Amino acid sequence: MATAYDIAMKKAKPELDGRAPVVVVEDLRKTFGSHNVLNGINLSVNRGQTLAVLGRSGTGKSVLLRLIIGLETPESGSIRIHGQNIVGLALDRMGEIRKKMGFLFQHAALYDSLTVAENVAFPLVHHRKDMSGSERGERVKQLLAEVGMEGNLAKMPSDISGGMQKRVGLARALALEPEILLLDEPTAGLDPISSGEIDDLILKLQLERQMASIVVTHDLHSARTIANSLALLDQGNVVIEGTFEDLQESGIGFVKEFLKQS
Amino acid sequence: MSDRGVIAVEGFNPPIPERRSEPMPSVAGSATGLVNGFFEWFGSLGIFSWQVFKAAVTPPYEWRELIRQLDEVGSKSFPLVALAGAAIGVIISLEARYSLTRFGAKSMFPATLVYSVIQVMGPIITGLIVCGRVGAGMGAELASMKVSEQIDAIEASAINPYRLLAATRILACILMLPLLTLAADASGLLTGWFAQSLVEPLSFHQFITSGFKGATFNAFLPQTFKTTVYGLIIGLIACFQGMRTRGGAEGVGRAATNSVVLGSLFLILADVVLVKLILVVFP
Repeated sequence: MATAYDIAMKKAKPELDGRAPVVVVEDLRKTFGSHNVLNGINLSVNRGQTLAVLGRSGTGKSVLLRLIIGLETPESGSIRIHGQNIVGLALDRMGEIRKKMGFLFQHAALYDSLTVAENVAFPLVHHRKDMSGSERGERVKQLLAEVGMEGNLAKMPSDISGGMQKRVGLARALALEPEILLLDEPTAGLDPISSGEIDDLILKLQLERQMASIVVTHDLHSARTIANSLALLDQGNVVIEGTFEDLQESGIGFVKEFLKQS
Repeated sequence: MSDRGVIAVEGFNPPIPERRSEPMPSVAGSATGLVNGFFEWFGSLGIFSWQVFKAAVTPPYEWRELIRQLDEVGSKSFPLVALAGAAIGVIISLEARYSLTRFGAKSMFPATLVYSVIQVMGPIITGLIVCGRVGAGMGAELASMKVSEQIDAIEASAINPYRLLAATRILACILMLPLLTLAADASGLLTGWFAQSLVEPLSFHQFITSGFKGATFNAFLPQTFKTTVYGLIIGLIACFQGMRTRGGAEGVGRAATNSVVLGSLFLILADVVLVKLILVVFP
């Protein structure tokens, strides 16, 4: 019987051929004080591709995602979204780029004064003025059904579990039908069953929507399940980029050690 | 003494570590740090103010959030402000009656109360009460949103947080402060008259006529509308402190405290300038 990973690889790999990269990161450097977090990162992600960025804690994985969505500014280098360099863009111009992106935060970052339904409706209220209230309500129900949260519309974020919050965060990230999906530790802090459910959900959404996705994780099993390429970060550099098999066959000491410990 | 005994004694008397030759921070170094911090804070406030101003004057406008904030700042502060105004009215009435009787100027009581409440106490008491209630609330709310990445989530959703969170709150403070001041003034005049009436019957009509006799709009309007500046200070400081918070629960507490302390301080300092300015412009 084929695993979810096999199905994903079979479906996703042909999509990569002959497409222009959606996200291109070139020579990206980021420093906090005297600490160099990223030392000239180069990465690219195509439509339909899911890139998992792996590495130990504190190696700049989350910082990389925050740079791509413009929440941090790099010291040097470029980040191209559909060919446009977003480094240094004004907030409102950056907003236009961000409409094409969905971001799932590590702790979901749901608005704690709004219900689950209002959280998902939030981007629609601000960006889809053409939608009527009932249309928006239907869209919210549909998004929550996609992530298996259709029965929790009126609940507050504090009333649901961490795994459920991640699902709601994912529904909110998908609200504007993004072309790029950025996921920061989607399975961190979850039990194995919830992690597996989140992985399956991401995989299903990815296969349906063919977005360009970047997943930051330290969970190798999760990365192997949802991604069709992996990049391993260490001390601000990409040590290796390729498929899981490429990592397994690598002779680099750090890669071997990382795979062994994971 | 056995070996075990020696070990036990060593355990109770740990060896004194060697003195390190790290230099003590000098007074000059600390002073430089303070000066740098002072200019850095004002520089950041300037950049923040510019971002908020740009966001406030460009569409899309966040009308729904503005109305919510008008309710938060206005309606919900009204009882507290009215109560504070009422207390001030009674205090001024008691103090003024005593002093004026002593100097044989009892007939000046209505005018004294009107001018004291409307020109001096009403605006400043309203400003300080709103700074305590709204400033602390805004500072803590935004700080909590900041540390839990909710503000980042707003930004990641392609929504300008300066427009949605800061501009609406600051504008609500600017618009509501004069109205709340009028409420405090009215409440103070009413209780001041009532306190006086208990001792010496005086009709409200007579009190008002006598109190406002010869008064012009210039005597009261600038004093009431100067509270828009208080609103700007309260909103700006609270949003700035909240949105730049770092460091979890401790940071949230610090932001709330700083919002009130700095807001009150700047409000009183601004009043010094505003009073002089009003005396020059509206003699």
